[in-house]
Amino acid sequence: MSLLEVHDLKVSFDTSDGVVKAVRGVSFSVDRGQTLGIVGESGSGKSVSTQTLLGLTGGARIEGRALFEGQDLLTMSEDHLRRIRGKEIAMIFQDPLSSLHPLYKVGRQIVEMIRQHEPEVTKQQARKRAVELLGMVGIPQPDQRVDDYPHQFSGGMRQRAMIAMALSLNPKLIVADEPTTALDATVQAQILDLMLRLQREFDSALIMITHDLGVIADLADNVLVMYGGKPVEQADRRSLYYRPHHPYTKGLLESIPGSSGAKDRLKPIPGQPPSLINPPTGCTFHPRCPYIMDRCVTDEPQLRPVLDADGGTNPNHRSACWLPIEAIGLKPEAEGIRQEAVAVGRTTATNITTQGAEAQ
Amino acid sequence: MSQSGDALVKLEGVYKHFPIKQGIFFKKEVGRVHAVDGVDLEVRRGETLGIVGESGCGKSTLARCITGLHPITKGRILFEGQDIGRSPGKAFRRDVQMIFQDPYGSLNPRRRVGSIIGDPFDIHGTASGAERKRRVQELMELVGLNPEHFNRFPAEFSGGQRQRIGVARALALKPKLIVCDEPVSALDVSIQAQVINLLKDLQDELGLTYIFIAHDLSVVRYVSNRVAVMYLGKIAEGAEGEELYERPRHPYTNALLSAASVADPDAAEKRERIVLIGDVPSPIKPPSGCRFHPRCPKAQETCVGEVPVLIARAGDPADHVTACHFPVEAGEHLAREQAAIEQLSTEPTLPSA
Amino acid sequence: MSLTDLEADASLPAAEEVAAAGPIQGRSPWQLAWARLRRDKAAMISLAIIVLLIVMALIAPLISKWIGYAPAFGDRKLGITEDGLPVGLNGHHPLGTDRLGRDLLVRAVYGARISLIVGLVSTALATILGVVVGAMAGYFGGVIDTVLARFMDVTLSFPYLLFAIALAAAFGASTPLTVLVITFFSWASIGRIVRGQVISIKQREFVEAARSLGAGNIRIIFIDVIPNLLAPLIVLATMTIPVAIVFESTLSFLGAGIDPRTPSWGNMLSDATETYQVAWWTLVVPAAFLLITTLAFNILGDAVRDALDPRSERLFAAQKAGRKKKK
Repeated sequence: MSLLEVHDLKVSFDTSDGVVKAVRGVSFSVDRGQTLGIVGESGSGKSVSTQTLLGLTGGARIEGRALFEGQDLLTMSEDHLRRIRGKEIAMIFQDPLSSLHPLYKVGRQIVEMIRQHEPEVTKQQARKRAVELLGMVGIPQPDQRVDDYPHQFSGGMRQRAMIAMALSLNPKLIVADEPTTALDATVQAQILDLMLRLQREFDSALIMITHDLGVIADLADNVLVMYGGKPVEQADRRSLYYRPHHPYTKGLLESIPGSSGAKDRLKPIPGQPPSLINPPTGCTFHPRCPYIMDRCVTDEPQLRPVLDADGGTNPNHRSACWLPIEAIGLKPEAEGIRQEAVAVGRTTATNITTQGAEAQ
Repeated sequence: MSQSGDALVKLEGVYKHFPIKQGIFFKKEVGRVHAVDGVDLEVRRGETLGIVGESGCGKSTLARCITGLHPITKGRILFEGQDIGRSPGKAFRRDVQMIFQDPYGSLNPRRRVGSIIGDPFDIHGTASGAERKRRVQELMELVGLNPEHFNRFPAEFSGGQRQRIGVARALALKPKLIVCDEPVSALDVSIQAQVINLLKDLQDELGLTYIFIAHDLSVVRYVSNRVAVMYLGKIAEGAEGEELYERPRHPYTNALLSAASVADPDAAEKRERIVLIGDVPSPIKPPSGCRFHPRCPKAQETCVGEVPVLIARAGDPADHVTACHFPVEAGEHLAREQAAIEQLSTEPTLPSA
Repeated sequence: MSLTDLEADASLPAAEEVAAAGPIQGRSPWQLAWARLRRDKAAMISLAIIVLLIVMALIAPLISKWIGYAPAFGDRKLGITEDGLPVGLNGHHPLGTDRLGRDLLVRAVYGARISLIVGLVSTALATILGVVVGAMAGYFGGVIDTVLARFMDVTLSFPYLLFAIALAAAFGASTPLTVLVITFFSWASIGRIVRGQVISIKQREFVEAARSLGAGNIRIIFIDVIPNLLAPLIVLATMTIPVAIVFESTLSFLGAGIDPRTPSWGNMLSDATETYQVAWWTLVVPAAFLLITTLAFNILGDAVRDALDPRSERLFAAQKAGRKKKK
């Protein structure tokens, strides 16, 4: 059994405009020492799914199971969840200011965090640990900076302080929601380096949520790609980057301006993200998919294993797409397989949907 | 940067300082933000000049100086050889347009898209009534929007479509120069590419000149002919695009390039990340000498005392200019270098792994 | 609920495919807000009450004729008991009479005229003044801002009740004076909020965009700034009206507002101080009118704010749902 196992999680919100189906059935698991990357664009449900695990989505309708060391986080009492949150599972947010209290000294916040979960620790001990942690995440003169207020820290330092706080109780699982999106490239590099190193040191599990495939390219063991509240592809890192199966994953990779410097025209994904109130029928991605077939409009594809590089099916690489399981990667052969499938699977009627999408 | 080509815009020693004032009745200047601090730059007709840098480097302020939104503190901005002075005239307003970063903030939410795009016609009195409507619809078609949607409100469009509305508005007066301030950084990756393609197509079709400001190096590399790297209000390095990306001379450019994320696991694992010390210092009190010296792995005594000039360094083409006393040589491993001076920065080096 | 309704919410990704099937004519933010407001039952009830009050105030003479008594007429026959006390609720006087035998319902609807006129006129004046001063201070900044902002602070720190009583003593209580006093003490808080709003609108990119196109200050103020102020102003005005009405009643109650002979809710309350121990209705009738009116305006104001800013409504709904879940 894995440290965290999420089964068929569904989250929806009632709004005056209708029911927003933010997450529509996602499953994943993560083990100690492992990093899971969850990738998706705005509205893909990537943040909502993990916030739900920690009981941070008030007012939502939640279905499914999320077993943390065998205990279901979704049915747990508020008190029990509060004990787990922080101690066993820590969260790092995009905006550190939202989780550091502006009126308390950084050190005091860490001390209180420790003492709340481990009442037997004395104030002096907790403070000593806070200083150690701040030093560990690279805050200079931690014994002095421990008495600073959050606004006295720079953006990068606040993010480090957040990480120190998240690590203060040696959690088994760290959930980082776009931890570097608000930071500049050079600072982002520092923080990613730090997180990777600390995760190894503490042997915790890490879930890294991001919209940027570049951020997790050298970080994640496994990657889950979400689109419109559903998982569309799940794979180990290499398979995902080099042998994507789902047209959305492929599109995401292809729409990144090549670092090779090739001046070819970019290949954007046409159209706009889906509505979460009235999601498209069948495959959620079909209105934007260049490989749309008749059944994509009517039947909803489920995740299924696709072919591996060596020709066997890979149970760890799964994709929710009706294209043949051998249509993997960005190579011309794979493109041939796709076109063949489309030629058989598409009648003229469905063709209209994607027409002119590029010009949109 | 360099002296060749047909210059559409030329910046000569441009400074923009924002005074910081305190006091309730009698405001006293207590300091200045050195947002742009002596920039010489040239934009050639028909090219795309990319400007990269991290937040607070002054790139957005520079953009607003060029479009005349911020009067400059010192220096000259020449547009087609004419000094635009402190309050640019209507002709300049027609010729130079801007595309903004925030597709939500840059469109007035209370107005219909048709009147937003038609604004320039009203302001400059170039078209009205049915003629105005026809031209608005033409523009919408040009940027890939459904012309029948001209009666809609911005809220009814998605981020990418709103950015197209911003592009249409900028094109209305047939400008010569468009300054794009982070035009795609607020958009999702899959939508970014749509807008970049649109901008490229429009440039080919209409012969536009772009100044393209972004923090994303790969986007800038893709769109730009020439690239300038800014750090704390100054240009650190400038060169023709490929040259800059393949042979960066300034240590900051090297660090920036090594820190950029790459969506390729093998490449990401192989590269040597130059992890810089600390954060960008405050532009209120920029460091002495070379502004990068407190974070630079190659810093020496000279860097603390002397401001490096922006010139072509030995072995570089004439338009590859670098403001550095000790430019990075080919084959050098900056990630392993140690500064020769004690670095006074906000943060020390990370404890080594 | 229509499709465009969904698209209007920026927090949800818009689906062009869906929108394309919808009507081409976009619905304005005002139309959307009205649609949201219509779904709010409490707001609709409040609005109905306010409309009813306005109608009653307009047809006050007709009501007076129908009941059969003028507002100032003391009914010595049926309006006063043999002991000289006010009569309670009965067929002749539906809401009873006061100590002079005057019909309370008739007086209350005439009082509604005064209250609404004073409330609306002083709110309108205060809003105009607040917008002009606040917008100038916020838009132009610098010295203009310093001077105007200080002026607003000074106004807000005046001891308004003492000031009003002193004025009434000097010039005699009258309706125009009451309106002026209320206006003078209401505009500054509106001005302060407007100033803040204008400062934030001025920094929005669309204002920068207009400026980069060559638009002048006047155009920017009227086309870009004011339309974006209307939403908060409507809310602010709706919330200021009940304050003004209560203010008027307070002044009248203290004898520093409306001429004591004119029927107004404050004057009625003032009269009731002598009789409420033996005739509760003399106190309850004007108090109820006052309470219902201010409550209706406040609920409507809240609802308008939610309707104009759907995000706050959603947040609120989530909180409510969260609370329910915990129980």
